[in-house]
Amino acid sequence: MLSIQPTTPGLPASAAKETAPLRCAAGIAILPRVGSTLTWAHRWDHVLARCAVNRTGHRVEPGLYALHEPDASSPVFVTANYSLSFDALRSALDGIDGYILVLDTQGINVWCAAGKGTFGTQELVTRIEATALKQVVDHRRLILPQLGAPGVAAHEVKRRSGFAVEYGPVRAADLPAYLVDHLATPEMRQVTFHLRDRLLLIPVEGVHVLLPLVLFAVVLFLLGGWLPASAAVSAILAGVVLFPILLPWLPAHDFSGKGFILGAMVALPFALAAVLLPGLLAGTAKEAVLRTAGNTGVPWGRLALGGLSYVLAMPPVTAFLALNFTGSTPFTSRSGVRREIFTYIPIMAWMFGAGVVLIAALAAIQILGG
Amino acid sequence: MRDRTALNTLQYDPALCIGCGICIAVCPHEVFAWNSRAVRLDRREACMECGACQVNCPTDAIAVDSGVGCASAMIRAALTRTKQDT
Repeated sequence: MLSIQPTTPGLPASAAKETAPLRCAAGIAILPRVGSTLTWAHRWDHVLARCAVNRTGHRVEPGLYALHEPDASSPVFVTANYSLSFDALRSALDGIDGYILVLDTQGINVWCAAGKGTFGTQELVTRIEATALKQVVDHRRLILPQLGAPGVAAHEVKRRSGFAVEYGPVRAADLPAYLVDHLATPEMRQVTFHLRDRLLLIPVEGVHVLLPLVLFAVVLFLLGGWLPASAAVSAILAGVVLFPILLPWLPAHDFSGKGFILGAMVALPFALAAVLLPGLLAGTAKEAVLRTAGNTGVPWGRLALGGLSYVLAMPPVTAFLALNFTGSTPFTSRSGVRREIFTYIPIMAWMFGAGVVLIAALAAIQILGG
Repeated sequence: MRDRTALNTLQYDPALCIGCGICIAVCPHEVFAWNSRAVRLDRREACMECGACQVNCPTDAIAVDSGVGCASAMIRAALTRTKQDT
């Protein structure tokens, strides 16, 4: 009736051997048992997941698990088969006996999977059947994470499986407090996006831009030296590192606007350097400003255009990365992001294009000995 | 962070509300609040169109064009001319 799982593939070995499998009273099911302890192996798995290494490979085998020492009346918690989700749940339930029903979300976290529908009504109903949950527990209640709700219709689950869905708090860490009276406070129901949450996202964002970052840096270094190369690196790092950190404090109402402002702030020193450095390098610092043109033989106009090229090319890069960060935040709506794309993408494209054309023109003049 | 503008597709018909309160429970942004026996839209501008309330409302009192507010997914869909699968 139930597929017996003496071992738990997808789980680090240390978790599987934490305690022996649970033999249910009815004698029909042998459930893998897990505890609340996170070993270094689990933590290393979390680090890799946070760095987007093998992005969807951090999986737990879907199915029913025994948590500590449950009996037929113990609560059933539902989660995704992403190791970070599963581990957050079981580690939060230290000292609480229960069952964990792991849905097959293909290694994706609860909220994203709910948005896609894989953490959904159909999968939940199917998994209840496949694990013979009705024979394991004598009640008909399930506790789901609140953020699973976009994929699950509670009344449909009740109608199709007989199990009543109860939405617990957003964060697993709030479960012990929630379980006291099964009431969630408004704080438990709200998503947050604190500095810590934002910092945790930086590695994943960084990994995605690593290749273009190295590519741009090398090409620009070969074409124009270290100043344009470091400008490219700075514009990209501003978008993926500084932007998530500074998000709440940047002025402007939307992500692209905030990104443009941050990108402009980062571009200004480079623009100044482009105008003044030739003089600084040719003469003394003190007289650099006055003597720039005279010392280098480069006309002022061309130096100013060089500075302008940084102001044009850098902010759109940062703003584009900022716009892409919308998908990582817990509060942007699709309508809002769509409007942002239509408003800002043309501006980004024109500015960046103009900057690139300017850089190319100036480089051509220099090469041709203008 | 809370200063995003009020553009969203959330619609709520109080006449259909039976006061079960599940929309209040599932909303991650406290968009709904109790109003005696029924529910009222309290912070419409905070809606991120996740769709949890619509999916769970047993009387279809809530409608929202739900989807993930993710720019890269939308741009990718636009570039490849595919329908966004969210």
